[in-house]
Amino acid sequence: MGALYILLGVAVAVALALASGWLFRTLLLAVTRGESRRVIASAPLTASFGMLVILLYILIAFLAPVLAPFAERQVVGGQYLPWGSPYWLGTDNLGRDMLTRLLYGARNTVGIAFATTALAFVVGSLLGLWAAMVGGWIDQVLGRLVDALMAIPALIFSLLLLTIFGTSVVNMVLVIATIDATRVFRLARAVAQGIVVMDYIEAAKLRGEGTFRLIWRETLPNALAPLVAEFGLRFCFVFLMISALSFLGLGIQPPLADWGSMVRDNATLINFGDITPLLPAGAIALLTVAVNFVVDWQLHRASGLKE
Amino acid sequence: MANVWRMIGKRLLFGLLTLFVVSVVIFGATELLPGDLARELLGQSATPETLAALREQLGLDDPAPVRYWNWLTAALQGDFGVSLANRRPIADLISARLGNTLFLAAYAAAMSVPLSLMLGVLAALWRNSIFDRAVNALALTSISFPEFFVAYILIVWLAQTGVFPSMVRISPRTTTPDMLYMAFLPALTLTLVVTAHMMRMTRAAIINLLASPYIEMARLKGLSPMRIILRHAVPNALAPIINVVALNLAYLITGVVVVEVVFVYPGLGQLMVDAVSNRDIAVVQAVALIFASAYVLMNLLADVLSTLSNPRLMHRR
Repeated sequence: MGALYILLGVAVAVALALASGWLFRTLLLAVTRGESRRVIASAPLTASFGMLVILLYILIAFLAPVLAPFAERQVVGGQYLPWGSPYWLGTDNLGRDMLTRLLYGARNTVGIAFATTALAFVVGSLLGLWAAMVGGWIDQVLGRLVDALMAIPALIFSLLLLTIFGTSVVNMVLVIATIDATRVFRLARAVAQGIVVMDYIEAAKLRGEGTFRLIWRETLPNALAPLVAEFGLRFCFVFLMISALSFLGLGIQPPLADWGSMVRDNATLINFGDITPLLPAGAIALLTVAVNFVVDWQLHRASGLKE
Repeated sequence: MANVWRMIGKRLLFGLLTLFVVSVVIFGATELLPGDLARELLGQSATPETLAALREQLGLDDPAPVRYWNWLTAALQGDFGVSLANRRPIADLISARLGNTLFLAAYAAAMSVPLSLMLGVLAALWRNSIFDRAVNALALTSISFPEFFVAYILIVWLAQTGVFPSMVRISPRTTTPDMLYMAFLPALTLTLVVTAHMMRMTRAAIINLLASPYIEMARLKGLSPMRIILRHAVPNALAPIINVVALNLAYLITGVVVVEVVFVYPGLGQLMVDAVSNRDIAVVQAVALIFASAYVLMNLLADVLSTLSNPRLMHRR
């Protein structure tokens, strides 16, 4: 019986998601024109649902102080209060409003994950393009270094580095960005190697352009498309990694509202049949699914256009 | 034949080199600190005496290459030194837990490998059908879920009703059937997490092959689709499939960390997380070395096996 209800619930959720995706796409089609309209019309329902969810998360992240009924760190009542007015999702292990913490979590968790990914991309892709451009021993040294770092599993390596440098948000961002930058470096270097042998790069070199200008003005614009598609995937990876570390108590530290540590702090409720701790975990899962849907569509589109 | 063995020998040598580099990175990471480890662990307020004592205990007064050599030779003989937090020998802490972690990983592998291969083959057989789309969407969804989300959903669903325990307590008297029963939920969580990836790769590998002319020939001969896939496509898709299975098993070894914490499973991952919060660098280095070696060895195994599974390499003239 229980399994039947769950199946029914999943079916309703999927139907609702697809319906909202369809509504969102119809809305977008009504307000866009020309090229972008043609692109959106080709989006499958899963991808439009993904875009809708991402948009909602961005809105919540920016509007958290307006939407939240209480302050982020305010203790408003007893511990573990049940759902009901005025604490719509109950209170957490210290008596803070759960809904407020969830809304602020969008700002903190997603914001930190985005900043980390962006940092990893700037460092990784610039180094990768540089290595491909200058070649020689610099390329060899960087390549071997990255190989060595990639031979260690990411989570294990980040745990090791966090032990050495201590656990704090800044350290975590730097550690994850470093580890992720190795993956970006690989891709950027591989993409750029196909570009640096082109005639127009040769011509630019003969014109006397410096290395930085060669990277920034000649190579980067042509390497951008695969890097942007990769950004979505890397974001998911970083986001899950930060959530995992926070869940283990080694990432984003209290009193900052964060989804991973919210699951950890309130996990005891699960044993009493209260599903509140699943909400922040679900918030993480929903965003990753949404990003993956959009990336999947983009990759499909990119490969379809090539044929 | 000799050619293949030379190739494999080269690969093994390269694997050894990777292991060496990994150990250097794990050990050398402490050298990145601006001060030294003792200062970092004790904080700014430490007296010179306690600093000197800790340096003495960690052997920080020796030059780094000497320390690395001592650490590595001792570790190879199973002696990882003592924990900084409770002064117990690390080898004792690890030995029992290593078995538990390997048991959990093997358990999850035994469930996920057959399941994902079957789903992958079926999805390739009925590609673009409702089944294929549903399995694909499900796979994409479960790849995106954090491990602890899957774990807690399973706890709410299966442990609340009392079917399976949500915590794993292992004593010396625990029998294997008991272990299988208690470790079912953690193993199922890991299975759900890795199956999706393996299934997608299996499907992609087989669909890739289905475009080749000899498959077209088999189809024109009038063979059944099932027979074409099992007899003609799968043997040639073995190399990529072996690769993705080994990669995911390597992932399993690190994926256990979060799952072990959720289910309070007495394994290496939990030990490592505790050690990280205590900043017990000796334990963290030892566990990281074990995890990383297992990861490197898995990748090595994948390379060797996929070479061996390719008849063109085995019988090259």
